[in-house]
Amino acid sequence: MADTTLTPGTRRAQLAEFWFYFSENRGAVIALVVFALILFAAIAAPLLAGHGPDVQFRDTLLAKPMTGNAHGHFWLGTDAIGRDILSRLLFGARYSLFVGFFVVVLALSVGVILGLLAGWFGGWIDTVIMRVMDVILAFPSLLLALVFVAILGPGLINAMIAIAIVYQPHFARLTRAAVLGERSKDYVMAAQVAGAGNMRLMFRTVLPNCLAPLIVQGTMSFSNAILDVAALGFLGMGAQPPTPEWGTMLSEAREFILRAWWVVTFPGLAILITVLAINLMGDGLRDALDPKLKRS
Amino acid sequence: MIRFFLGKILWLIPTLIGITIVAFGFVRVLPGDPVLLMAGERGLSPERYAELTHQLGFDRPIWVQYGEFLWRVLHGDLGNSLVTHRPVLHEFLTLFPATLELAFCAMFLAIVIGVPVGVIAAIKRGSWFDQVSMTTALVGYSMPIFWWGLLLIILFSGVLHWTPVSGRISLMYYFPNGTNFMIWDAIASGQKGALSSALSHLILPSIVLATIPLAVIARQTRSAMLEVLGEDYVRTARAKGMPPRRVIGIHALRNAMIPVVTTIGLQVGMLMAGAILTETIFSWPGIGKWMVDSISRRDYPSVQGGLLMIAVIVMVVNLIVDLLYGLINPRIRHR
Repeated sequence: MADTTLTPGTRRAQLAEFWFYFSENRGAVIALVVFALILFAAIAAPLLAGHGPDVQFRDTLLAKPMTGNAHGHFWLGTDAIGRDILSRLLFGARYSLFVGFFVVVLALSVGVILGLLAGWFGGWIDTVIMRVMDVILAFPSLLLALVFVAILGPGLINAMIAIAIVYQPHFARLTRAAVLGERSKDYVMAAQVAGAGNMRLMFRTVLPNCLAPLIVQGTMSFSNAILDVAALGFLGMGAQPPTPEWGTMLSEAREFILRAWWVVTFPGLAILITVLAINLMGDGLRDALDPKLKRS
Repeated sequence: MIRFFLGKILWLIPTLIGITIVAFGFVRVLPGDPVLLMAGERGLSPERYAELTHQLGFDRPIWVQYGEFLWRVLHGDLGNSLVTHRPVLHEFLTLFPATLELAFCAMFLAIVIGVPVGVIAAIKRGSWFDQVSMTTALVGYSMPIFWWGLLLIILFSGVLHWTPVSGRISLMYYFPNGTNFMIWDAIASGQKGALSSALSHLILPSIVLATIPLAVIARQTRSAMLEVLGEDYVRTARAKGMPPRRVIGIHALRNAMIPVVTTIGLQVGMLMAGAILTETIFSWPGIGKWMVDSISRRDYPSVQGGLLMIAVIVMVVNLIVDLLYGLINPRIRHR
């Protein structure tokens, strides 16, 4: 029902309205530009990086930023085994963005399906699903992720799966709450009377009308996933050396903090800027998608 | 009122059972033989293996094993650590005061700074104070705290030499019969310089752990306050000529605090996650560092016991917040 009434014209108008409210938030627009730059850096890393991420210049250990020698320029200095920090950061952006994307897609798809089932069918299905979600939420997320990594073994992929498992209850709860709100509305009833089956009702009729809070939660999870995977890497449970993942780089740099500030400073700054840009965009998205929440 | 309290408590029982199942199941889904993992011994003879299997109960049906696990947990027996061979519960209770002290100081900082900043930002909406504080809050919210901790160590310990890098107190001080609450022990011992040493060790970890809760509380206070300031009863109070200080203090702040209390409660779980990182950076001998060490040392009885205890503590704190919420917001209680 709902999906047949949208013409391309109204969709474009909706998009224009969305952009109007999003662009009102100056911070969000700047963040969008920064995020686009990071995305570009990640995609074009092999072209932009002056050196390979794993190439060791054994005669240029812990070189200060802006050092130049026969090997070329080291704009952000080199680490303890002579690798160019800027090149590693550029390649690291690939991991961080991929991590955020993967975790959100996995947590969102599992969470949405569980939330839809719980909200639509109710009864014991609802009770069982939501009780399990409550149990997952009872554990601090990073601790549970650590335990899952202990079970699955350390590594980037396992860290991402662990974090997705920990995040999906948020999506399940949001979807369930939205479905409960929509289920008794007239358009759903009309679709039901017209003979739509459960699958169609859940995924095509109800779900599109529950998307706004999910998109906002998705951006928040995107930035949190980057932080948590970096934290796991920092604790030695995420990506393993020599992967140029930002958290793992910080973990390797820890022993040099009082001798070489740049080894510690830049990977953390990269994490902070990326996460900040995504969170600012999230604020803008919330303003644009949920007008009654913030605009007053 | 009593029905509201009882209902809340009964509602927790399924979650509690779920938590015990997770802690119980965790050891059984680990790759490798659970008997060897839990015994922590290598190169066992077949006789010793059979003896251990029987001793640990792995030769009985799974539901009997779970029942026995539950029975032991209810009697305070969480097994023995594979590394220290001491009871896990004893280890936990010895280290817990360190985490509690740190978490308490962090929460204190977060509330004492976060709430006033949020209130002022809301009252002076759009001012430079509002913009600067909310931008700072967003930066704080996005902060990788493990990196933030390292930066503070570089500045305050490496460059300025103001604070020590790690630990809870200088090695000069030792309290044989202490409570493990270092501030309290330092005061009670009466030793000169002990308190300032304990405080100087506590300050950086507290700031690091407080960063994210502080940002969340400031943002939440501001938006709750803005919502309340737009309500009719605030306008009425203003219209009848009440001084602004009273309008904000009596009418607005009290009502704005209701959602803020929930936010503060929700930060407790975040605090435990933050403690894992903060304690690792500052070598703070608390539960967070103990859990990370136990996981990397494959001390599975400790991980199992710690997981159970932490989840129960987080749940109990959330319950207290829920009850408090009912107490300060009668609308919830009577629904």
